[in-house]
Amino acid sequence: MAKRSIGLQGRENIYLDRPIWASAHEEPEGAVLSDVVAQAVDRPNTRKVTDLLMAVEEARGGPAWPSPMDFLRERASVIRRETLEDLPGYVSQLADAARSNGMIVHFASTPGEARQVITDIAKERGVELVVKSKSMVTEEIGLTKHLESMGIESVETDLGEYIVQLADERPSHVMVPAIHRSREDIARVFSQLSGGSVRSDIPELVAFARQRLRADFARADMGISGVNFAAADRGTLVIVTNEGNGRMVTSRPRVHVAVMTMEKVIPRFSDLAVLLPLLFYAASRQRLTAYQTFINGPRRPGEQEGPEEVHLVILDNGRSDISKGSYKEVLACIRCGACQSACPVYRRVGGGQAYLSTYGGPIGAVLTPLLKERPGPSELSFLSTLCGACEEVCPVKIPLTSLLIGLRADYEASKGPYSASGLAWKAWGELWSRSYGYSLSTTAVRLVAPLMEKARQLGFPLPGAAGRWVQGRSLPRFTTRAQAKHGSTAPFDSAPPVLGNFTSDTQDDSSVSREEHIDES
Amino acid sequence: MDEFNNGISPVGIAHSIMDELAKTARVAVFATCMVDLAGHTVLEATEKVLEAMGVEVVLPDGQSCCGQPALNSGYPDPAVKLAKHWIKTFEPYDVVVSPAGSCVAMVHHHFPRILEGGWRERATRLSKRTFELTQFLVARQERLAFSLDETVTYHDSCHMKRFLGESSTPREVLSWVKGLQLVEMEGADVCCGFGGTFSVKFPEVSVEMGRLKLDLASRTQAGFIVSADPGCLMHLEGTARAQGIGLRTMHIAELLAKAMQRKSEHLHGDIRS
Ligand code: SF4
Repeated sequence: MAKRSIGLQGRENIYLDRPIWASAHEEPEGAVLSDVVAQAVDRPNTRKVTDLLMAVEEARGGPAWPSPMDFLRERASVIRRETLEDLPGYVSQLADAARSNGMIVHFASTPGEARQVITDIAKERGVELVVKSKSMVTEEIGLTKHLESMGIESVETDLGEYIVQLADERPSHVMVPAIHRSREDIARVFSQLSGGSVRSDIPELVAFARQRLRADFARADMGISGVNFAAADRGTLVIVTNEGNGRMVTSRPRVHVAVMTMEKVIPRFSDLAVLLPLLFYAASRQRLTAYQTFINGPRRPGEQEGPEEVHLVILDNGRSDISKGSYKEVLACIRCGACQSACPVYRRVGGGQAYLSTYGGPIGAVLTPLLKERPGPSELSFLSTLCGACEEVCPVKIPLTSLLIGLRADYEASKGPYSASGLAWKAWGELWSRSYGYSLSTTAVRLVAPLMEKARQLGFPLPGAAGRWVQGRSLPRFTTRAQAKHGSTAPFDSAPPVLGNFTSDTQDDSSVSREEHIDES
Repeated sequence: MDEFNNGISPVGIAHSIMDELAKTARVAVFATCMVDLAGHTVLEATEKVLEAMGVEVVLPDGQSCCGQPALNSGYPDPAVKLAKHWIKTFEPYDVVVSPAGSCVAMVHHHFPRILEGGWRERATRLSKRTFELTQFLVARQERLAFSLDETVTYHDSCHMKRFLGESSTPREVLSWVKGLQLVEMEGADVCCGFGGTFSVKFPEVSVEMGRLKLDLASRTQAGFIVSADPGCLMHLEGTARAQGIGLRTMHIAELLAKAMQRKSEHLHGDIRS
């Protein structure tokens, strides 16, 4: 009988109230993004997430990048781009340095390979129970589910991750995985888990989780962690947490497996002086997190503590290709989650689960299509108003909106040259780059609009975009220009109404002829 | 996007250059498609205010749209076509003014990104002479007498604030209006949820974002939510009407036209200090 997790004991008693598309176990395959988003808006906690993130922003106040953070931001942007200029070089330097520190380094090019590497390590060492600290890459490769299928229990030890694991959900924020869960929700989950009654009082909730998880730390055979930064020059892995669970995971069990995606590498240990304070600031406006763990290898002879083995798994999963293309800046990301918290769409859909992918929010909308992730919906780049709030808060200045616009073009281009929307936009371009075409079509809209309004009043559903516009909104009042005016001679109120645009016969005194306006060069 | 760019870098035009340009006797007004379709009152108001300032207003023949809808929908080619058309249409004029912050941001921020070679240079040159309405009014350094007894709150449109980098001139212009109270709402620069085609691709979120905005605006007790972007206003007004929210929307040009007392009373002097 294999060792079982104490932390997870009783989880079959938890009533799963999440929609199926938020599940960590079910593939959200077949789920339609626009439907899911519509459902997400109406979930009970969605508005609370919106209000919470708005309140946090309001409380922070002030300019987003006061001195000296603006300086660190500039510096970090350069460091991260410098890294991307030679990603393979830095990764191999890291691997060498980590090996000379006594770590065992593995490369995985796909999620499948990474899972295989990790399960092989576990099997060869007779691992029965795994403790995990928070890591997005293990979400990306679906590790927990895979280990479970091999009969190895793996328990999340970050409080937020623990909650979403119990509720069988994907994390909804890279830094605050259970941001969509209220205290009451959590108390209910813990009560069902324990068969007792846990109060929705924060110290009590924390104490409950701690007591459960401590038992697992002591018994686990293997700890799995992510990596926040990996310094290529020294082979040092850095993990930051506020709960100290990262330190337990990486030091108590006899085997530690650190999993990272290749772009977590940084050139120099000294770069941490810039990147760490910047990460803390961007993520939570902290000067310092409670714990920063620096790992330089396994327990050395004569040392009392630490794992016997440290493995470093470096995952590519398409990133080598991304680093060579026009979207490479996305790899500058340090996973602070600031773009998520700042995104009004992310807020209004109650967190990242509605993005149907590992990473939600703006960073997810960019990264997911590039990773060609499992069932990652490729039209995710459209789930943004392109408002730019994400870019404003991004500590490494990733031009997220430009990248989203590029991905939208890729998505549309993938439909081929004769898609209905492609032809429509082409026709639009032809029409609207000509004066008469533009007048004609705007006039047509004005003529059709009243009919649509009439139809709507009579209860007919409106077609296409108009139909979707009127879900919750009135149609605009399409108006005719009361006058078209050229020059300044006519008094303002005296010109007769003209249907259409710019059709006045008065020539303006510019030297450009009408022909020059219309032809396309 | 072969080279790294540095995220948002609002095209900062030195105020001195703007001030010099704003002395112009004549401006070309870029109406924008949104205004042509559903906002002629905005255009009339724009003309009225500019003319009261003694500026001759020209509506260049053949103007259409900046191309932003296509670009943001994943169709850069038609967007490029319209961008070139836009440049050809407005290039002959010394100064271009538009009552739509987002479209001016398109010219400043996106034109140089989607165009190449000579076209990019032309776009960059022309963008330096292209103003959002309130930018022009402030740079013009002369103040009309405005007066209106009203309480309003101002909504920063995302593109105007973040891509054009402008949030001060609309507020400054509002401060000129005697009797007008500007009450800032929480999250004045949070997106209203319009987002162009986003509004019809994800209508539920779009409307909810609009309601949130209207809700925050209503808490100020203002009678109007004022903005310098017809797109946001169309969405907010449509949402408010359908949801029975009492708050009304008004374009900043309309507010100014309404508040205009006399045709022109110039108060020369440094109004920025
Ligand atoms: S894209 Fe920027 S803001 Fe978003 S998580 Fe990455 S580093 Fe943070």
